[in-house]
Amino acid sequence: MNDNKWTHLCKTSDLVKDSGVCALLENTQVAVFYLSRPEPKIYAVNNYDPIGKANVMSRGIVGCLGDEPVVASPLYKQHFSLLSGQCLEQEGSQITVYPVRVEGDDVQLSIANAK
Amino acid sequence: MKNNRIVVIGNGMVGHHLVESLISQEPKARITVLSSEPRLAYDRVHLSEYFSGKSAEELALTSEATYKQWQVDFHCNAKVTDIKRDDKVVLTESGQQYDYDRLVLATGSYPFVPPIPGNDQAHCLVYRTIDDLDAIQASAENSRVGVVVGGGLLGLEAANALRQLGLQTHVVEFAPQLMAVQIDGAGGNLLKNKIEELGVQVHCSKATECIVPGEGHRYKMCFADGETLETDLILFSAGIRPHDELARNCDLQVGERGGIVIDNYCRTSDADIYAVGECALWEQRIYGLVAPGYQMAKVAAKSLLEQEGGEQFSGADMSTKLKLMGVDVGSIGDAHAKTPGAMSYTYENQPLAIYKKIVVSEDGKNLLGAVLVGDCSEYDTLLQYMLNGIELPDAPETLILPMATEAPSLGVDALPDMASICSCHNVSKGDVIAAIDNGACDLSSVKSCTKASTGCGGCSALLKNLVDSTLEQRGLEVNTDICEHFAYSRQELYDIIRAERIRSFDDLLDRHGKGLGCDTCKPAVGSILASHWNDYVLKEEHLPLQDTNDTYLANMQKDGSYSVVPRVPGGEITADKLIVLGQLAKKYDLYTKITGGQRVDLFGARLEQLPEIWAELIDAGFETGHAYGKSLRTVKSCVGDSWCRYGVQDSVSMAIFLENRYKGLRAPHKIKMAVSGCTRECAEAQSKDIGVIATENGWNLYVCGNGGMRPRHADLFATDLDDEGLIRCIDRILMFYIRTADRLQRTSVWMENLEGGLEYLQKVVIDDHLGVCHELESQIAHIVESYQCEWKTTLENPESLKRFRQFVNSDESDEGIQFIRVRDQISPAGENQKTKTVEMA
Repeated sequence: MNDNKWTHLCKTSDLVKDSGVCALLENTQVAVFYLSRPEPKIYAVNNYDPIGKANVMSRGIVGCLGDEPVVASPLYKQHFSLLSGQCLEQEGSQITVYPVRVEGDDVQLSIANAK
Repeated sequence: MKNNRIVVIGNGMVGHHLVESLISQEPKARITVLSSEPRLAYDRVHLSEYFSGKSAEELALTSEATYKQWQVDFHCNAKVTDIKRDDKVVLTESGQQYDYDRLVLATGSYPFVPPIPGNDQAHCLVYRTIDDLDAIQASAENSRVGVVVGGGLLGLEAANALRQLGLQTHVVEFAPQLMAVQIDGAGGNLLKNKIEELGVQVHCSKATECIVPGEGHRYKMCFADGETLETDLILFSAGIRPHDELARNCDLQVGERGGIVIDNYCRTSDADIYAVGECALWEQRIYGLVAPGYQMAKVAAKSLLEQEGGEQFSGADMSTKLKLMGVDVGSIGDAHAKTPGAMSYTYENQPLAIYKKIVVSEDGKNLLGAVLVGDCSEYDTLLQYMLNGIELPDAPETLILPMATEAPSLGVDALPDMASICSCHNVSKGDVIAAIDNGACDLSSVKSCTKASTGCGGCSALLKNLVDSTLEQRGLEVNTDICEHFAYSRQELYDIIRAERIRSFDDLLDRHGKGLGCDTCKPAVGSILASHWNDYVLKEEHLPLQDTNDTYLANMQKDGSYSVVPRVPGGEITADKLIVLGQLAKKYDLYTKITGGQRVDLFGARLEQLPEIWAELIDAGFETGHAYGKSLRTVKSCVGDSWCRYGVQDSVSMAIFLENRYKGLRAPHKIKMAVSGCTRECAEAQSKDIGVIATENGWNLYVCGNGGMRPRHADLFATDLDDEGLIRCIDRILMFYIRTADRLQRTSVWMENLEGGLEYLQKVVIDDHLGVCHELESQIAHIVESYQCEWKTTLENPESLKRFRQFVNSDESDEGIQFIRVRDQISPAGENQKTKTVEMA
């Protein structure tokens, strides 16, 4: 993965422990989640809920089902994997997952490597 | 079906049940109902509740609207005077004629008034219909002392009614004991003592010879033994007699001592005429209970519809269990040990006023009957032994001895499939199992599809055991774990948090859970922590637990925008405050709607607008309305006695007080309340979790009602409470609900699943049966003391306010939220109405 594809998104101080925030990257709304357990980790997905059809994913509750870290849509409560973006209840529904990393106190995203 | 016009004379409980059975089996049945009473069928079994606050409407078993929907041609105040069998026509008092193909007599019975000289005076009354009750009430207003003649089951009910009306009450019984039909002498004595403790004087072995004018009171009753008793009101309840005059006049066969003779299909001596209920005589017996009447109605309905393989009436068990003035009384089968060779075992505990007797067969193998006074806990088990002929244990007395720790309580598994579980609706064990096999997988669905336990409710504990045990056998045991992260139910989690004084989700997860948690356990634990500790919900450690509505203290709408609902306690609002709401809605272009809970909902606020909007609201004196929380929503009220001509209490003040007391209280689900200022009930309190209705003397408290998807009429919990008593009850009920309910369980469902139901809740809250009331009250006191307006706290806290940004790195707004205008207000734009394209992932 090429380093220059990483873009600054926000500061680590903008994140909320075990919850989500939303950041704007050009015209894309990105939901960023900071999970403190089992070890601290950051996930980024597109903020658009494909089932509820609104930009709300960052306001969902995060947790896990089995070993899969998930976010639950705040509208209709479907779970989406934070690893694959796959909806666990509805096959064919998916959200985009972005690679994300922390450099110093910068949270950086790689839109080009989205999956 | 043939051309079959069915005319039913009488619309009591059994007559109505017959109509219901006909319609449910043949919706096109052509039915005419002629009733001499001014109203359709009502619940005579619970008639005395009319005096404890139930209205005629609440006692009603049906309504005119239902009958119309069923296309039943019904006529009230239509007393039938003649049946012309040759022409197949009936005539009413007012001269109307009705043709029939089949006729059903469901004329019931009338109270027997002993032929005592002077028994026909103005304040000599009977106890049978709602009109009778109105007459009793009117008479009681000008009376101080009342006498009931007759110490049977109905007589004692009537005595309780007089007591509730505030009369000094006496019961006069001809026999040497009370309830001589159902229980034996020893049981009768104990019952007498208990009833006298409640202030009702019982006079047994008294034959009344005449009723003459009294000196200190209206009447004087003179007894055969020379004694006298002065009273203002006399109520006759000395047994019933069948209403069989119509049958006699048209020469149908009747019994020597009355009653219309019927066969096993409930047909009279004329094959086109049926009789059911208390007017019918089957094998020389009249059944004065409702359950056998219902069985007759079912049999008759099948026969009337000419269904194949119709059932036959084969007699009915007259065992009965009831509460008389708070005293439990049960009678099963051969209570008097009249069977040849029968042997008895008795247990009497005078200090606790408990008496139990079982009657067993000569060989000691079968239970023939039982008497229970003061404690009916063994009733269900004993009844099953008797009805199903189950072989008794070697020492049958262990069934009623309190110290026998190995008391062989009869498990539901031991019952045969034909064992009757609910006698009101004739539901057998097999019926319940079939319902479960057909997909009913919890208690409430079994209840709704079999109707079991929806009559008198006496079988509720038994039914629950049966459902649980059957589900377990099917491998369907309901897993009460809240989710995969905690192997505990909500109630267990509550107890753990309380006992271990746990204050955060992470602490609980470390000690008792696994994984990260999820959107099921997090909000549930967040709610428990809030109910118990009442911390600020957006505190750092609690924030990740909250559903989005709690996180942003507003209600998310389908497009991601929010609605705002300020608290308007009791629905009372000044003009100035209304103007503030209007100006605010105008300024932010919010859609406004009046809610069902008497407040104003403002829609279409963007996340980042919420703090500014709330700053203005709080400046104007508003507080958060918790419309977003699983917590108290509103206390609706009518205008009460300050303005209303009919009001008897100040419902608005009470509603405001309650709303301010319980605002912010987090619960398993939302809680709605209402207060009505009189019995007209304009605030619709009986559809609320907590409903309060004013009476002349105070407040009647209703609990566990619900509107919405599954409406439930609230239960009358207590009557004529003063302000303090009312609040004490509500405090305890709410906290007990919070502690014991499942996650997202409204009070209505909680009550339906509460073992022991209303009576159990009354025991816990009124009698402090569990000894927890002090704790429940201090818990509520803590919540009331630590109340804070969450919006006020949030506005004072810059860290919390940071959450109210659409984007952490930009001041732009969400372009996905767009509006169109409908009826001069905003409305969310549909996908194809949006002017800017929204990027989709």
